[in-house]
Amino acid sequence: MKPSGFAYHRPGTVADAVALLGEHGPEAKVLAGGQSLVPLLNMRLAAPAHLVDVNRIDELDVVRVASVDAGQVVRVGAAARHSRVEHDPLVHAALPLLRQALVLVAHPTIRHRGTTVGSLAHADPAGEMPAVLALLGGSVTVRSQHGQREIRAADFVTGPMTTSVRADELVTEASFPVPPGRTGSAWVEVARRAGDYAVCGVGVLIAVDDDDRIRQARAALVSMGPVPVVVDLTDAVGAAPFDQADWAAAARLVTARVEPDDDIHATAAYRRQLAGVLTARAGRGAVDHAATRAEARARR
Amino acid sequence: MTAMTPTGPAESLHEVTLTVNGVPRSASVPARRLLSDFLRHDLGLTGTHVGCEHGVCGACTVLVDGETIRSCLQFAVMHDGAEVTTVEGCARGDGELSAVQRAFGECHGLQCGFCTPGFVTTVTAYLDQHPDPSEAEAREAITGNLCRCTGYQNIVASVLRAAQLRREEREEAPG
Amino acid sequence: MTTRTVGEPIARREDPRLLTGQGRFLDDIGSAGLAAAFVRSPHAHARIVDIDVTDALAVDGLVAIYTHDDLPGRVGETLPVLIPHEALTHGRTACPLAKNEVNHVGEAIVMVVATDRYLAEDACERIRVDYELLPPVVGIEAARDGDLLVHDDVPGNVSAHLVQETGDARAAIDTAPRVLDLDLEIERSASTPLEGRGVHARWDGDDHSLRVYTSTQASTSVRAALAAKLELPLDRVEVIAPDVGGGFGVKIVHPWPEEVLVAWAAIMLGQEVKWTEDRREHFVSAAHERGQLQHVRVGYDDDGHLLGLDVTIWHDNGAYTPYGIIVPIITTTQLLGPYKPGAYRAEFHSLYTNTVAVTPYRGAGRPQGCFAMERTMDAIAADLGLDRAVVRERNFIGPDEMPYDHGLTFQDGRPLIYDSGDYPATLAKVKKLIGWDAFEAIRDEARAAGRRVGIGLGCYVEGTGVGPYEGGFVKVETDGTVVVATGLTTQGQGHQTVFAQVVADELGVALDDVVVTTGDTRRFGYAVGTFASRAAVMSGNAVALAARKVRQKALRIAGEALEADPRDLEIVDGVVQVKGVPGATIPLRTVAVLSNPLRYAFDAESQRATQFAAPADPDRPPVADDDEPGLEGTDYYSPPRSTFANGMHAAIVETDPETAEISILRYCVVHDCGTLINPRIVQGQIHGGVAQGVGGALYEKLVYDDAGQLLNASFMDFLMPYASEIPVIETDHLQTPSPLNPLGIKGAGEAGVIPVSAVLASAIEDAESSQGIRISRMPISPSELYHLRAEATNEEGDS
Repeated sequence: MKPSGFAYHRPGTVADAVALLGEHGPEAKVLAGGQSLVPLLNMRLAAPAHLVDVNRIDELDVVRVASVDAGQVVRVGAAARHSRVEHDPLVHAALPLLRQALVLVAHPTIRHRGTTVGSLAHADPAGEMPAVLALLGGSVTVRSQHGQREIRAADFVTGPMTTSVRADELVTEASFPVPPGRTGSAWVEVARRAGDYAVCGVGVLIAVDDDDRIRQARAALVSMGPVPVVVDLTDAVGAAPFDQADWAAAARLVTARVEPDDDIHATAAYRRQLAGVLTARAGRGAVDHAATRAEARARR
Repeated sequence: MTAMTPTGPAESLHEVTLTVNGVPRSASVPARRLLSDFLRHDLGLTGTHVGCEHGVCGACTVLVDGETIRSCLQFAVMHDGAEVTTVEGCARGDGELSAVQRAFGECHGLQCGFCTPGFVTTVTAYLDQHPDPSEAEAREAITGNLCRCTGYQNIVASVLRAAQLRREEREEAPG
Repeated sequence: MTTRTVGEPIARREDPRLLTGQGRFLDDIGSAGLAAAFVRSPHAHARIVDIDVTDALAVDGLVAIYTHDDLPGRVGETLPVLIPHEALTHGRTACPLAKNEVNHVGEAIVMVVATDRYLAEDACERIRVDYELLPPVVGIEAARDGDLLVHDDVPGNVSAHLVQETGDARAAIDTAPRVLDLDLEIERSASTPLEGRGVHARWDGDDHSLRVYTSTQASTSVRAALAAKLELPLDRVEVIAPDVGGGFGVKIVHPWPEEVLVAWAAIMLGQEVKWTEDRREHFVSAAHERGQLQHVRVGYDDDGHLLGLDVTIWHDNGAYTPYGIIVPIITTTQLLGPYKPGAYRAEFHSLYTNTVAVTPYRGAGRPQGCFAMERTMDAIAADLGLDRAVVRERNFIGPDEMPYDHGLTFQDGRPLIYDSGDYPATLAKVKKLIGWDAFEAIRDEARAAGRRVGIGLGCYVEGTGVGPYEGGFVKVETDGTVVVATGLTTQGQGHQTVFAQVVADELGVALDDVVVTTGDTRRFGYAVGTFASRAAVMSGNAVALAARKVRQKALRIAGEALEADPRDLEIVDGVVQVKGVPGATIPLRTVAVLSNPLRYAFDAESQRATQFAAPADPDRPPVADDDEPGLEGTDYYSPPRSTFANGMHAAIVETDPETAEISILRYCVVHDCGTLINPRIVQGQIHGGVAQGVGGALYEKLVYDDAGQLLNASFMDFLMPYASEIPVIETDHLQTPSPLNPLGIKGAGEAGVIPVSAVLASAIEDAESSQGIRISRMPISPSELYHLRAEATNEEGDS
C-alpha cells in the first residue's frame, strides 16, 4: 500500500514549522516518528497534501528534568524518541512511571523512532502516553504563528484520535509533573500479543505521607473509552497504611466508573473485569514500588 | 481500454543521499518514496523485504545510525545524510558470514528466508548492546518480528549461538 | 564409503544466500518493468453499474486501464474449477476481472498498469465504480438458511453436498448404550505467509514466448493454465517459481486472476509487467480457510469403545470454489484419526458466502476434523470418568491391523487405507514426554495454591504423499556437477538440500557437487505441485529413482571402460572404483564424457569421447537402441495411494483465574513420518506447524461483519503470534517407514498444525475443570474464556 503524494517540508526551526502550519493548516500533518502516521498514509486512510517533518529541529530534540516552583517537571520535546525518554537515567530517577509505561509501548524498534509527543498528539484511545499525561495532570505546549499556549491534560484529548490542538499549531513539548513527596507507581496491561495495544491498561500513582498512609491514589486507564479515564481512588484506599490498602475496593470503584466498548478482541464486560483486576494489581505494584523507593532513599 | 498518454503533472523529486553499508548512494525520488522501496528499487538492495507496510511484521527492519527501524514506516527523504545498514551489510568485512548469520545457518533459524533479513539486522543490533542474553531475553529480543515458518524456536537458538560465536571471536581477537 | 547424508541434520545449502540478502523473491525480479494494481470491490455483494476512469487518465505514469470488457476470448472467462467432483454440482468461479457482479470485498474489477506501483495506486484511487448493492450473505448460519443467495443460480447456497459412510452409523448409534451430541465450530483463518503473492511476466516478441515468474506452489500447473487462457502453445510458456516467502497452501491456487491478467498485459503492452500484492490485498483477495460448523453424534459403550459416529459439517467455502471441495473431503475423511469408528457416516454441505474464497491452508481441513474427533473423545472420557488417553487407546487401530481399510474415498480419489503406523507406541512416547500419568498430582498441588493448570492431548493421522506423481531428473555433467531437477516447488522446506542429500547418497557423490532446481518449467515439465505434505515423498522418491537409473548407467559405462563387471563396482565421492582394487578407478565426470559419443571435442576432457579416441565395438551403434546420450536419467514416482503419517501432541496450560489469560507452559510433539531425510528440517516443519496451530487455537480468526466487511485485514488486528506467544516445543519421533515408496518416507509438512486446537481446548477445559466449562469453538481468547466461565457460573447459580 503506497501513500498518496504530498509536498514535503523539513523546517530547521520551530518558527519555520509553525509558519508552514499557518500556511497549510488543515492540509498539513506533522511528521515526527511516523510510527502511527505512516501506516495511515500507507493505507491511504489519511492523505495530507503537506507533511512537515520536525525531526531535524534541534530545539525540539530535548529531554530534561526541570525545576519549577512546585517541584520538578520532566519536559519532553517533540522530536525526542520514546527510547530516549525510556532510557534516560535522570528521567527515570525523577519519574519512573514514564519508563514503566514506555516499555509497554509497541516494541523497541518502534520506540527507536516513535516520539512521546507524537503519541500524545495521535491520541489513540489505547495509547499509554495520553493516559500517563492525564494521570500526572501534565500539559502540552503548543505553538503557532500567533504565540504559545499550554493545554492541560484534561483539556487535551477530546475524543478518539482527536485533540484540541488546532490545525495551525505545533505541539512542541510535553510536561510531565513529578508528583511530590513519597510516591509509587505501576503500569499493568493485558494485551493479546506482546507489544500490542492493550485490551485494558491501568497506571496507578500513589502518594504516601510520613505516617506511611496513602495520601492520594489515582488510576488512569487505556482502551476503556474514547479518551483516557482517570479515577481518583483516594476514597477507597486512602488513609490506610499503604501496605494494607483495600485495592479490592479501588477495583470496584473503577469497575463502576468505566464504560468500555466491545471490539473484535474483547467484550465490554471482559474489559470491565480487567479494569478492576488490573487496578488492584497496579495498586499493589505501586505500593511495592513506593516501598522499594523508600528503602533506596533510606540507604542513601 | 488501450494505453494512453498521461497528462498529469509529474511529482517533484528530492535528491536523497544515504550511506548504505558504508557506500554513499544517491537517487532522486518523490517524497513519498518509502525507505524500504528506496533501498530495494532505487538502490537495488533487495535483501530488505516488505511484508506488511504497517510496521508490524519487521521484515523491513534496517539499521539507521546503528538503531533498528522499520523502513516501511519511513520516507527515504527523511533520512538524507544518514548511515544505513541493511542485511547486505551485515556480513563481516572480509565477506565471510557474520557470527549472527553463521548462527542462523547452524541452528536452522530460517526456512523460506523472507523474514530473515529483519531478524538478522535486529539480532545484530541487539547483540551489539546486549552481548550475553539469557534464553528469555533472547526470546524477548526477537518478539516484534514475525516469522510464519520456524515457530521461533530455532531463531531463539540462533540468538544464543550468535552470542556464543561472538564471545569466541572476541576471545580469539589479538590484544 | 561416501558418508551417508540421508538421516543427517545437514546444514542447508540455501542459507548463505538467504542470510546475506541474496534471495530472489518475486518483487526482487524485474526492476525495469511496469507495475500493476487493481481496483477491488469495497462491497461484499453488488452489481457493477458503471466504471468511470476519467479522473485516472490524468495520472502521470499511467500506461493502461483494463476492465472485463477489454478482455478477449478465454482471458475474460471464468477461472477453472481445479478439482472437479461429481458432488460439486454448483461450482462457481470468478472471472479475472468482475463481469457484472462482485461477490466479496476485494474482488478485482479494474486493472491499472503504470510506470510504478505508487502511480498505479493513484490511478486506481481515481477510478469511480458505481454499484447497485445487493444483500450480502455472511456466516454459515446465514448461508445455510438460504433466505439470501450469493449466486442466483445456486439454491440454498450449496455448492456441494456429499455423504460418505461405512456401515450403518445411525443404526449403531440408536442401539448404543450411550450417546453424545456435540456442536462445534472452527472460525475462519488464513495461511498468511510473510510474502504475499506476486507475478512478473515478460513477453518476448521476437520468438513469441512468455516467461512468467510467480510466487506459486504449482508452476507447471500455472503454465498449463496460462497457456490455455492465453491460447499459446504450451512450449511457448515457461513458469518459474523464484524464492517463495512461504506458501502454507494459499499459493497452490491457480491461476489467480492476477496471473492471467499480468501475463496478458505483458503481451498486449510488449513490456514487462509486475504485480506484487500488498498486505491488505492478501487479506481480501487471496484465500482463507478453516471456517466450519460441525455436529457430531456418537454412540459408544460403557468402556468408551466407539460404536457409531455420525458427523455433519457445514463448510464455508466463500464466494467461489476454485479448489473444489477438497477441504471438506479431507475434514470428513481425516476426522477418523487413528481410531476405529465402528460405523461411520460423514456428511458435508459446502456453502457459499459473500466472503473471500476458501482453499487449503496448512492442514487443509484436517485440523477441523481432528478437532471434531478429539473433542468427542474428551467428551466420552468426561462422561465415563475415564482417563482421556485410555479412551483413545481403546479405540486405536492396532499396528497388527495395518493396512487398515476404512472403506471410504480419500482426497486423492483413492481408497482411505492406512498403510502403517504404531499408534500405541506413539501414545506411550507422548505420555512419557509430557508426564501424563504424573500430572494429576501437579494439577492438584497447583489448585491448592490457587492456580489453574491443565493438560490436554490430541491425536491425528495425516494422509500424505498424494499423487498423481512427481518426477526427477538427474544428470552428471562433464565437470562432475550433478544437476537435479524436479517440477514441484519450494517455499522454505529446504528442497535444495534434502533432494541433494537423496541424490548424493544414491549416486555416491559429495553433497556439494549436487545442484537442485525446483519449480522451473524450463528444467522439468511434468509435475503437480507442493501441497498436502507430499514433496519429500513424491520428489524425494522420484529423484532417488532417477539417480538410480543414472547410477546403473554409470556403472555400465564405467564397467566397459574399466573392463570390469558393473556388479564389482562402487561409487565413492564421485569416483567409480572396482571394489577392493585400488587404482582401478574412473571419475564420474569422465564417465559422463564417455556417455555421449562425440564427433567433435570441445575441450581437452571431451576428446576421450571422440570416435578415434574411445574404443568401440564396430558391430554396435555408438548409441544403442535402448539407450540415449548423456549420463542422465528421468524417472517418476507415482504412488498407489497416500501414505499415512501420524502424531500425538500434549500440552500443559495455565489460565489466570482473574484475567482468563491463557499460557502454554509446555508443548510436546511426538510424530511419525517414516524415514527422515534431514531431521533438523523435519523438526523445523513441526515447529512452524505448531506455531500456526497455536495461532489458530488462541489468536487468529478473520472477522467479517454483517455487511461482509473484513474487520481485521491487517497484521495489527489479525493476530499472528510473535515469539512471545509460542512456547518451547519439545519433540520426539518414531519412524515406521512407509511400505509404499522406496525411501520409506511419509510427509511431515502439515503435521505440526493439525491437532493443536484440539489439544489446547482439552488442556484449557482441564485447567478449568473446577468451573465445568466446555469448549466447543476455536480459537478461544481470554475474553471468550471469561464469558464461558460466567455462563458456567450462571448455570450453577440457576440450578
